[in-house]
Amino acid sequence: MSSILKKAAVVSIPNVRQALLRSNPVLASSLLAKRAYNSKNGVEMTVRDALNSALEEEMTADEKIYLLGEEVGQYNGAYKVSKGLLDKFGPKRVIDTPITESGFCGLAVGSAFAGLKPVCEFMTWNFAMQAIDQIVNSAAKTHYMSGGNVNCPITFRGPNGAAAGVAAQHSQCFAAWYGSVPGLKVVSPWNSEDAKGLLKAAIRDPNPVVVLENELMYGVSFPMSEAALSKDFVVEIGKAKIEKAGTDITIVAHSRSVGFALEAAMLLEKEGICSAEVINLRSIRPLDTETIINSVKKTNRLVTVEGGWPQYGVGSEICAQIMESEAFDHLDAPVVRVTGADVPTPYAQNLEAYAFPDTEVIARVIKRTMNKKIGA
Amino acid sequence: MLSTQKISLAKVAAKAFITPLTIRTFASSAARNVSINLHEKSFESYNCEAPALDVEISKEELVRMYKSMVTMRRMEMASDGLYKAKLIRGFCHLCTGQEAVAVGMETALTAEDKIITAYRCHGFTYMRGGSITSILAELLGRKAGISGGKGGSMHMFTPNFFGGNGIVGAQVPLGAGIAFAQKYQGHKAATFSLYGDGASNQGQVFEAYNMAKLWELPAVFVCENNRYGMGTAANRSSANTSYFKRGDYIPGLKVNGMDVLAVHQAVAYAKEWTVSGKGPLLLEMETYRYGGHSMSDPGTTYRTREEIQHMRSNNDPITGLKQRLLEFNIITEDEMKAIDKAARVEVDQAVEEAKASGEPDISEFWTQIYQKGTGVPYVRGREPEEFHRY
Repeated sequence: MSSILKKAAVVSIPNVRQALLRSNPVLASSLLAKRAYNSKNGVEMTVRDALNSALEEEMTADEKIYLLGEEVGQYNGAYKVSKGLLDKFGPKRVIDTPITESGFCGLAVGSAFAGLKPVCEFMTWNFAMQAIDQIVNSAAKTHYMSGGNVNCPITFRGPNGAAAGVAAQHSQCFAAWYGSVPGLKVVSPWNSEDAKGLLKAAIRDPNPVVVLENELMYGVSFPMSEAALSKDFVVEIGKAKIEKAGTDITIVAHSRSVGFALEAAMLLEKEGICSAEVINLRSIRPLDTETIINSVKKTNRLVTVEGGWPQYGVGSEICAQIMESEAFDHLDAPVVRVTGADVPTPYAQNLEAYAFPDTEVIARVIKRTMNKKIGA
Repeated sequence: MLSTQKISLAKVAAKAFITPLTIRTFASSAARNVSINLHEKSFESYNCEAPALDVEISKEELVRMYKSMVTMRRMEMASDGLYKAKLIRGFCHLCTGQEAVAVGMETALTAEDKIITAYRCHGFTYMRGGSITSILAELLGRKAGISGGKGGSMHMFTPNFFGGNGIVGAQVPLGAGIAFAQKYQGHKAATFSLYGDGASNQGQVFEAYNMAKLWELPAVFVCENNRYGMGTAANRSSANTSYFKRGDYIPGLKVNGMDVLAVHQAVAYAKEWTVSGKGPLLLEMETYRYGGHSMSDPGTTYRTREEIQHMRSNNDPITGLKQRLLEFNIITEDEMKAIDKAARVEVDQAVEEAKASGEPDISEFWTQIYQKGTGVPYVRGREPEEFHRY
């Protein structure tokens, strides 16, 4: 099942749909009719192209926005997200930096203090660890420490989490780390609409925003609604999206895990086991606990899914917040977290597969949770 | 170490083979400008020309410089007292002895130029427009503080002064970024990013140098070398203590930072250098702090009292300027005493105002985490029942 979400060339329908149609065309069509895609005109876009349009549209609209990072200009982007931008906007606004994350991130933050709106790209978020002091101590905290006197309208973006076969130093998920910092906003798009809408929202947001993309999602195509194709399309930061309505159990996921969660939900519905509601967090900070609570009140069961490490992670935070909320009284079973394994990511493919959750793992956990009852 | 020699007319004449008459001073009350010769050892250059040793400056400016330095020192001394009285908590890094740097810089710059420094920032905050009351109130953690009491000693800002930064070295790339913004927006101005001898070895400083040079930013990097990074003498932290040469491909200038006119001259030179399109420049200000690294450090375990006393007696920036003012008859001793007294009164009054200001409202606890109106729906406090909904 997980092979379905490998990087794909542009296809005429999303991969998930493909899998379903292959397995059970009749059920698939009826299920898909309930889904939240509102593609009227059938336009599809890869996540990469969605990000590219977001950058292009925002940079066209506001001269103060500029992009800097390694290989963003002449190379057209390490992952081609910034393709064509140097040609369109020129070297003043699309800047190739030396390999000095600490320095260029600090420079970007300083330029934001002084009135510009930088988009600071990290080739992967792993490399941003060199710059994390500037992100947290300079960008996130300064508005507060200055009593509101200094502003920092910066966007930090780049691929986060696991890729394929890149091992421990290149596979870490930073959602929990940045998600814990007051003064930052943190978003984690899954599909193309998320990517475009959240990146645009991040750039327009006058606060420092961390955008956690995913390399394996860059090449995946999704339908784009007419609204999403507009120059003013933004996705509200802090609002999760119910990708699939359900009644028996809530699955909360972010980024690539949303796709796996949807597949698992489809599978279990097909097997007649349960009707799962899948929530795409979209934002890590602020966390849309209201949507999660409302869903749990309806379904009475909750499973969280993420690619990051288990300890002190996004799922841990959701569990804690659910415990402290009215949703606790609505739980028929303990909340379960599905996470990356608590190991540095190994290289060998079989070991790597064991390090990150996929459809099968999620489905197994959902089944187990469905069988549990508090006190029983 | 350079020493600001007492400049007497006779000595200058003897050295320079010029007669007293060629030193234009105050012939009539109509003559407003003074021409002062700096000591020949005021500058040492690296891959650039040193600025001229003769400084042309107005009497008013000289008096302003004096007043600023005296007031600044009073303000720092008041902070010292308030800290010992336990009214100031946490960190407090005083610039007593280093006044010439902040004052000399300000007089050579305009409001369009920007400055950023590290945590020894009270003097700069004052010169860049912060009132003494707001600075002292910030130290006391009061609502009249320049950051609303939420930042403290190390986090003071004005519209053209970016702090006040607590993480050693982090301010240098930030400063390069401010210069980047100036260039991007076509402003004919420069950004001065200051750091100490202790911070000079930070990797991010060199990353900032590289980008500033590569992109020809109007950035002036200023190493305030006060000889000690906390308790570590410069030669114990730095393999190369010629800080003005550390820019490698960036030209540099070493300056007697205890002489406010030398600082003024060097900064004017540096601004002209960068704004005219020559790219970044490095300045090293040789200066000295009489106090310890901070109020928690007596400052005598790693240097001798004799050294401190020697600097106070022979190199004090205020005394040095005072001597010039008297030599050139800019103002009289009585006028000077009046300025001293007025400064004391001003600072004493500011202390009272600062003390009278209350602590910030508890409502401010929850504000300014994000820009007003663009934040999160609510913020959690210490426990679930303690939260703030916007």
